[in-house]
Amino acid sequence: MLKKITAALALGLALGWAATASAQETLKVGVILPYSGPFADAANQLQAGIDLYMSQNGDEVAGRKIEIIRKDTGGPNADAAQRAAQELVVRDQVDIIAGFALTPEALGAAEIATEAGKMMVVMNAATSIVTERSPFIVRTSVTIPQLNYAFGKWAFEEGGVKQAYTLVADYGPGHDAEASFSKGFTEAGGEILGSDRTPVANPDFSAYVQRVRDANPEAVYIFVPGGAQPAAIGKALVDRGLAPPDVKILAQGELTHPEALESMGETARGIITTFHYTLERDDPLNNEYVAAYGEANNGRAPDLFSIGGYDGMHLIYETLKKTNGDAGGEALVEAAKGMAWDSPRGPVMIDPETRDIVQTVYIREVQEVDGKLQNAIIHSIPDVKDPLHGAN
Amino acid sequence: MGNIAIVLFDGLAFGMLLFVLSVGLSVTLGLMNFINLAHGAFGMLGGYVTVLAMRQFGFPFLLTLPAAFLAAALVSVVLERTLFRRLYRAGELNQVLFTIGLVFVATAVATYTFGTGQQPIILPDWLRGSVEIAGMRFGVYRFFLIVVALLIVALVHFGLERTRLGAQIRASVDNQRVAQGIGLDVERIFAVTFALGSGLAGLGGALAIEIVGLDPSFGFHFLVYVLIVVAVGGLGSVAGSFAGAALLGIGDVAGKYFLPEIGSFLIYLLLVGILLVRPMGLFGKR
Repeated sequence: MLKKITAALALGLALGWAATASAQETLKVGVILPYSGPFADAANQLQAGIDLYMSQNGDEVAGRKIEIIRKDTGGPNADAAQRAAQELVVRDQVDIIAGFALTPEALGAAEIATEAGKMMVVMNAATSIVTERSPFIVRTSVTIPQLNYAFGKWAFEEGGVKQAYTLVADYGPGHDAEASFSKGFTEAGGEILGSDRTPVANPDFSAYVQRVRDANPEAVYIFVPGGAQPAAIGKALVDRGLAPPDVKILAQGELTHPEALESMGETARGIITTFHYTLERDDPLNNEYVAAYGEANNGRAPDLFSIGGYDGMHLIYETLKKTNGDAGGEALVEAAKGMAWDSPRGPVMIDPETRDIVQTVYIREVQEVDGKLQNAIIHSIPDVKDPLHGAN
Repeated sequence: MGNIAIVLFDGLAFGMLLFVLSVGLSVTLGLMNFINLAHGAFGMLGGYVTVLAMRQFGFPFLLTLPAAFLAAALVSVVLERTLFRRLYRAGELNQVLFTIGLVFVATAVATYTFGTGQQPIILPDWLRGSVEIAGMRFGVYRFFLIVVALLIVALVHFGLERTRLGAQIRASVDNQRVAQGIGLDVERIFAVTFALGSGLAGLGGALAIEIVGLDPSFGFHFLVYVLIVVAVGGLGSVAGSFAGAALLGIGDVAGKYFLPEIGSFLIYLLLVGILLVRPMGLFGKR
């Protein structure tokens, strides 16, 4: 009898001890991403960025073990993201929520982050407004106006383009891109000849491209989501003779990501893009990152999603170090404000006022380097902030 | 004037791609009354076969097209013999649920095998770029698409009208019971037709990579277009599929060109309009 009681007691104690120990040590990060559906590739690349950072830096920070819990939203679904955030906070009792490839996901979860007082790390969703939706949001990716406002200015002042036509995908990020490029471009003195919007899931661009050709502009500015569309629109442009040097093609960096470049081949030469991450940028930190990423992912190259996830994890690790493992939302966000580090993309900083990222914007041109077409940086604009924050 | 010519040309080329992707479904639907929503998945299979053949084995592009056809046809025969035939007599809901489930499975298999990324292919030089005719630039690959589609129309038409198998297929479509009564092996005809239809989808998938890309969501992505072509054209009619696909392609491109604000919407209006006037489709019999 006594033996049994002792055994039970011992067991109970052991379990209780284990429970408290793990409660103290394990730190849960809930990652909300569209792991399935049409944006699964984005989620995959972002997750690979997270995984790479953790495999390089260990899964223990400030004496606490980091555990990742994934939640799938299936696509740009605000309700699904809100539900996922709620479950993570209430049932899984996570300390930090992160991920968010798409703007609707981030907007859906923002309220939960505020109510629960958890730091929310936005690793991609690139609409300007996202960080204004909760004081607990910190962004480690990019904003579309950040890239395109500066690009519009550059196109007129240094690119020598006097008039342009814009062609963007008909959804939030596309509208943002159109507005911010046009603003930068016209403020500098340029003229927009016309603008069209294409459906988000558009299989064939020939009609729109023909409209651009009819307007006969000096340059065409393009924004399409990554995936199949960059190569499709690039080829449609060139088939119409809308190609450098006759007509300049300006775009956000998705247009010339590695798969699209491979598919477009020679026709991509001379396309000018604006981006915050350039795979080919020759920098020891970046070279090491690209090599390690390829090794972990069957030779695949990292993209904008990967770097958002990678730097997002860096931010989580560093803020935890700064708070000595205190995962309270306020403490972490406070620690994140003004934090600066050297990322594979270049120097970055979290703006203490807007909690948004401040970084270098690279203007690149597709050129042949060592017999291979790639995005060669022709101009860098350091320390660019989102131009829209505080504007409204 | 030149603009209209080029819009017609582009629309026709896109329509021809849709035709190759959907003609098989139209025939199997008309023939067997079997609602195969997994048709696009066979197209995806053809696409991946082409990518694999070009990358791993260095096949030239043209040679991968018959390979894509054969692979899709073979896999479809296996699936037809083991799975699909069990559902021929089942209700429509069961067929829809089963085949849409199959698309999910295909998507998962493609994701597992090839990853979620886009699979670009590099076409031979003679298929790239454009030619200038009378001051207008026409894409070479689009010419190629139209030629291939016309060849297929000719082959399918000849096959259906002039061969023994074609006569048997037509007989089975028109009246299955009588066809069976006079001693035709309708089940075998089903299997062969199914394989040919799926093979054409595979070929369509291979041809589509250059225009619309290839990733694991291909099977879903094209389902809507394919179903519109079949509905507009009428079940079981090759000519109907051809007319429906051409109309859809040209309507889509012309709508986007002349009325970009509502352009992407126009084909659905067209669909509703046509079905209101002709509920069986342009060339539908039943």
